[in-house]
Amino acid sequence: MSTLRNLEFDTCYLVHLPEPDDFDAWRERARALIQCDVPPDRIVWTAPGGAGDLFAQGDPRLPVPEPDAPPVRASRRFVELARQAVLHTDPERFALLYRVLWRLQADPRIMEDKTDLDVRRIEELDKTVRRDSHKMHAFVRFRRVESEESGEHYVAWFEPEHHILRANAGFFVRRFANMKWSILTPRGSLHWDGETLEEGPPAQRADAPTGDPMEDLWRTYYASIFNPARLKVGAMLKEMPRKYWKNMPEAALIPELIAGAQKRELQMVAEGALETEDRPETLKAVDEAIHRCRRCPIGCLDNQAVMGEGPKDAALMIVGEQPGDQEDLAGRPFVGPAGQLLDRYLEKAGVERKEAYLTNAVKHFKFVQRGKRRLHQSPTAKEIDICRWWLESERAIVQPKLILATGASAARGILGKTVSISKTRGEPIPLEDDSELWVTAHPSYLLRLDDEAKEKQSRLFEADLAAVKERLAELA
Amino acid sequence: MESQSILERLGILADAAKYDASCASSGTSSRNSLGSKGIGSTEGMGICHAYAPDGRCISLLKILLTNHCVFDCHYCINRKSSNVRRARFTPQEVADLTLSFYRRNYIEGLFLSSGIVKSSNRTMEQLIEAARILREEHDFRGYIHLKTIPEADPELVHQAGLYADRVSINVELPTDSGLTRLAPDKNARQIEDAMGRTKDDIAEASDAKRKFRHAPRFAPAGQSTQMIVGADAATDADIVGKASRLYGSFGLRRVYYSAFSPIPDASAVLPLKRPPLIREHRLYQSDWLMRFYGYKPAEVMEAAGADGMLPLDIDPKLAWALKFRDRFPLDVNRAAREDLLRVPGLGVGAVDRILAARRHRTLRLDDVARLTQSIAKVRPFLCTVDWRPTTLTDRADLRALLAPKQEQLELFAA
Repeated sequence: MSTLRNLEFDTCYLVHLPEPDDFDAWRERARALIQCDVPPDRIVWTAPGGAGDLFAQGDPRLPVPEPDAPPVRASRRFVELARQAVLHTDPERFALLYRVLWRLQADPRIMEDKTDLDVRRIEELDKTVRRDSHKMHAFVRFRRVESEESGEHYVAWFEPEHHILRANAGFFVRRFANMKWSILTPRGSLHWDGETLEEGPPAQRADAPTGDPMEDLWRTYYASIFNPARLKVGAMLKEMPRKYWKNMPEAALIPELIAGAQKRELQMVAEGALETEDRPETLKAVDEAIHRCRRCPIGCLDNQAVMGEGPKDAALMIVGEQPGDQEDLAGRPFVGPAGQLLDRYLEKAGVERKEAYLTNAVKHFKFVQRGKRRLHQSPTAKEIDICRWWLESERAIVQPKLILATGASAARGILGKTVSISKTRGEPIPLEDDSELWVTAHPSYLLRLDDEAKEKQSRLFEADLAAVKERLAELA
Repeated sequence: MESQSILERLGILADAAKYDASCASSGTSSRNSLGSKGIGSTEGMGICHAYAPDGRCISLLKILLTNHCVFDCHYCINRKSSNVRRARFTPQEVADLTLSFYRRNYIEGLFLSSGIVKSSNRTMEQLIEAARILREEHDFRGYIHLKTIPEADPELVHQAGLYADRVSINVELPTDSGLTRLAPDKNARQIEDAMGRTKDDIAEASDAKRKFRHAPRFAPAGQSTQMIVGADAATDADIVGKASRLYGSFGLRRVYYSAFSPIPDASAVLPLKRPPLIREHRLYQSDWLMRFYGYKPAEVMEAAGADGMLPLDIDPKLAWALKFRDRFPLDVNRAAREDLLRVPGLGVGAVDRILAARRHRTLRLDDVARLTQSIAKVRPFLCTVDWRPTTLTDRADLRALLAPKQEQLELFAA
């Protein structure tokens, strides 16, 4: 029994490192041990904070290499990885690094062999540590405190998983060079006063401030930038695991954001209920659908939908703004005063009304009640856009070669944008389906003018209709 | 309007900005605040300071200066005819907010965009002013991404590049007809002209930098753009084609794809179901194939079906390999890098590990398994000294074997 103990004492070394993240200390001792030819299985490595090997026994006095011992070789890749791997909390890390360093003396290219188990383990440690560092750069949250002696000071509480605090001090110094800050962790703390960096003892959560007024703004930002239409909780959890949440002020919002998301999306889709409906394929189907349509407030007034009328294969489509009082009562487009005026101009230009398809940009009459009278109200751009769905359905079925839009609302119903009549009239505007659009004033506009202006405008209107007639002949 | 608190306005203007997909803060010049008067650093790699439940990274304070807009683009929540609440910030307020967030380590910097108010030039000036305050008055060294307005004066757009790390102009829609229909106030020509000028400015500045150390920086993180997917009838093939033209003609760093998502107060011109999010993901994968895996645009399009759409159930690389089975199996121990990159399931990292390892030993199937994520996925396309897929590569049901199993909707994952 005693001989065996003696044998172990003779051959086994106990190497204690002063700090758990001290790469240089490890390197210095490992170099000496390699030079003294001590094989990996004869060394027990310990460091503060590690679980350590409670029963580890060995000689704490390390051998001293001969002055002419050969230098220790290590590839650059190994040193690079080892620097990071040392920061890991795995108590086996020092032994692993020594074992690979030992093997490197015989085979200097071992690090290139990615199938080697030791190499893979070092790479794993390196990756984990880098990730932990990266998450520290990302998830540290400073809170501002103000004191009389030192002024503005930013303090953060953070709980890293590995021994990465000291190694990442440089990042925060470079980033916040002109700011006083402290980072407190259970493994130690860092303090920067704008000029020098000091290390402090481990801290507790209670040492850090509990809030910052700016966090309300940050939470508002976090909640607003989130798009509820695309919930991907898995993707979030992968990059921001729950263990970090407790020190991030915004994370408290996550459960309610997720719960509210589906509801919010359903609501958005319901408000824009058009999204999932198929286009009607016949004029009859359009007619039926517009009578049911309540997508905008106009459809909810006391009125009826007015369907377009005319041949299903008309070459000319004439679009007005919306049905008026008389159209609403009659259920037909262009039958009121403005419609009658249009009829006269069409006749003058030699355009047969019954050969054209007449319809409106908006299908319901928008009005306000004044006593017994219903006063016309112009539709809003939004209402025109909503009704465009029906106008487009009619266009798709009739497929006119030429569309005459009377007035700005009609033009918007076709183009989707508001154009100036004076700038666009008299010229064809090519449309996507190879048809063309001509824009003119609405006949009701002529009804509102007096004398000179009326005369001028009606000449322009006549000219527009004449041009349309001519163009129709060309297209036929 | 001025009675709205900062909190309210931040809510409105961040909400208005969330349909922009980009949040990258990487790839710019390396710098820090040591020896400066301000704060901030960029060290190459971008940092995501938080993740929202939509899985997207929050790296920058992404807001609009204002969501008032004279344009009427139908897919956009801020279009003129929309009923959203409007708000605006002054450039000074944006700068202050950016610094307050940055000091608390919430963000990497600022991504500022804006609706068009008064005129394009006036809007561009305001965007530049916010960046100027940050850079000149506060010596801010963090990241700034400015959205530039194609209709603005080229001189203003140039100025933006002098303050910003990245500038971007959205092409918005993959086809010109889609743009005309859904963004009637925008003009494809104008957008491409502006991108062309920015490309020239970037090239000129990096050229000058090589000759003179103190030459002014111009958008060192380059320019990017965004396309909305699923708002018009463009197929994946159209989109891939457009993206590759954009990469080629304008030297873009990134093309972002944003699946059109239902917006409140939607315009009636969008009679669409929302495209599946996975479509956006497949487009990003095809983007990757072109940028990192050496696929030509035409080859990516070969992965698409006859209707021009990429399959949704499997990734485009697997789709391509299944179509061109005669090119497989490859010998892991001999195949060239560019061929190995075509094996479904082998990423750039795995291929490089294989190349390094096979210098040391002849690889067996077990070795390959250690170097890759899933041996089952790559096995049909490879041979090693101890493995040949023999009939596996030619099996008719290979697609079904390799397609990922249908999973429960992510919605219910957490």
